Amino acid sequence: MELLISLGKAFLIGGLFCAVGQILIDKTKLTPARILVGYVVAGVLLSALGLYQPLVDFAGAGATVPLTGFGHLLATGAQKAVAEKGTLGALTGGLTASAAGITAAMLFGLLVALLFNPKDKS
Amino acid sequence: MSPTPQEYNKMSQKAAPGSKLWRNMLVAFLVGGVICTIGQGAMSWMQSLGLSREDGGAVTSVFLIFLSALLTGLNCYDDIAKHAGAGTLVPITGFANAMVSPALEFKREGFILGVGAKMFSIAGPVILYGSAASVVYGLILAIFG
Amino acid sequence: MAVKTGKHTYLLENTPSVLSFGAVGSKKEAEGPLGQYFDVINPDSSFGESSWEKAESKLVQISVGQALSKGNFEPEQIDLAFAGDLLNQCIGSVYGLRDLGIPFVGLYGACSTMAESLALAALFVDAAIAKKALAVTSSHFCSAERQFRFPLEYGGQRPPTAQWTVTGSGACVVGESAAAPYVRAVTIGCIEDLGIKDANNMGAAMAPAAAKTIARYLADTHTRPEDYDMILTGDLGQVGSALLEQLLAQEKIDLKGRHQDCGLLIYDRQQQDVHAGGSGCGCAASVLCSFILPRIRQGILGDVLFVATGALMSPTSSMQGESIPGVAHLVYLSASSRRKGVE
Repeated sequence: MELLISLGKAFLIGGLFCAVGQILIDKTKLTPARILVGYVVAGVLLSALGLYQPLVDFAGAGATVPLTGFGHLLATGAQKAVAEKGTLGALTGGLTASAAGITAAMLFGLLVALLFNPKDKS
Repeated sequence: MSPTPQEYNKMSQKAAPGSKLWRNMLVAFLVGGVICTIGQGAMSWMQSLGLSREDGGAVTSVFLIFLSALLTGLNCYDDIAKHAGAGTLVPITGFANAMVSPALEFKREGFILGVGAKMFSIAGPVILYGSAASVVYGLILAIFG
Repeated sequence: MAVKTGKHTYLLENTPSVLSFGAVGSKKEAEGPLGQYFDVINPDSSFGESSWEKAESKLVQISVGQALSKGNFEPEQIDLAFAGDLLNQCIGSVYGLRDLGIPFVGLYGACSTMAESLALAALFVDAAIAKKALAVTSSHFCSAERQFRFPLEYGGQRPPTAQWTVTGSGACVVGESAAAPYVRAVTIGCIEDLGIKDANNMGAAMAPAAAKTIARYLADTHTRPEDYDMILTGDLGQVGSALLEQLLAQEKIDLKGRHQDCGLLIYDRQQQDVHAGGSGCGCAASVLCSFILPRIRQGILGDVLFVATGALMSPTSSMQGESIPGVAHLVYLSASSRRKGVE
């Protein structure tokens, strides 16, 4: 039951993040790249203001999987590293915390390029 | 006789068919929700295996990125995204697709300046501005915290 | 010899003929309403090549090959080739024509290139400085997407105003007056820009150019839309076509149901996921060479104004926030060499 509730919360909040993104696609001339940048920076900002952590506590993956969660990860990484190492942590914290995701995306990108060929849209 | 650019802009906006916002939002909500639910399922599983919340989150991200990369390679991700819009753009899978699709597309231009450089053509700005924002935040903490 | 009339129009007094023509397309074009009229259809849009750019050059080779073989011409008999496409530095045409040894004039008119190349070929033949001239252009959905928009596997959503780049090519051999279709007049268009910046709304960006060119041709020749069976624009699509009729209505020109658009003819917008219609150099070229020219030859269509429109922006100008300039060139094709109306 607890699992179902957590899944439901993730669905609801994650879905809402995407629905907002759809408004940006349909109602503004923002390109996808700009929307992604906007989400990540918004995530850093919300996290810095202390607004994002409560959302993560509530919705779990519903808040961490959208790209605002990527921003949150960068911000909490910087926060933690600054607490441990001082000013240098501001430079190392963000990418250290998000290294798994970025490295995975690069690596899988390379593997896909090796294994597959681009195809026409049907 | 011919309209001014302002007048023509109005004419062309009138002539353009509107996108079906409510329908698109619903599909984006459903697809995006499902992706996050898969993420939550993976996260709960990882935590039940004894991983910390941070590590579980990292493994979940890697898993979703893998799924997205695979679907991109199999020529499926864009077919889902055509309908889902922001539902496949906003989750971490959209970030992965933004990196994998140019890597695949530009392999004919070689593995250095094709795959290697073009991989960051859409996702690069996300990493740059995300990191930059986190550095600004870290500096503020270091100075005032 | 061509005679200039009015400010923008040239009457071709020797009425050169389109001697032969060829059209090639791929799967999506075959599934469209005109699929059966293409000379060559290959459902594999890579055409057996290792890159989309090579596939586009293959399209050029095939359509030129068809145009030559249907007229029993050898490449040596062709005095000049006028060709262009959407790819940077027109590599589709360059590599497609590389092995033929025909004197080559590379053109860039974006999607207006079919009318541009046909107009120039006809002018050279009319002036008797070329016996036979080739006009050819091409586009490929995949090579255009990766150059102008996103990688093919990128999960983007196309807005309803977006158009689908045709994978196809059309080629015409123009020669001395022999049989229909005849080229009777051409109008070279000016660059028109009414400030549209949305690269997903090319029809709106190009409609002003089409409207101006049509209005200028009608004024230069003192004719009316009623004098023609069809006024065929290149790839305005649904949005651009609606805007064209509105713009011409402001100039008191009523197309009276004679307007057709290649971008709307080539695909079935209800069944095929193409949004506002087809686009690309290959759109106007393949519709002209598969569907329109045979009908003029058979006399089903008498007089056709072929007005191909091009959007002259580049990815660089778009990123720098420039608006999209359009251009439209007109070629008057006729089943009869007898001059009518154009006096």
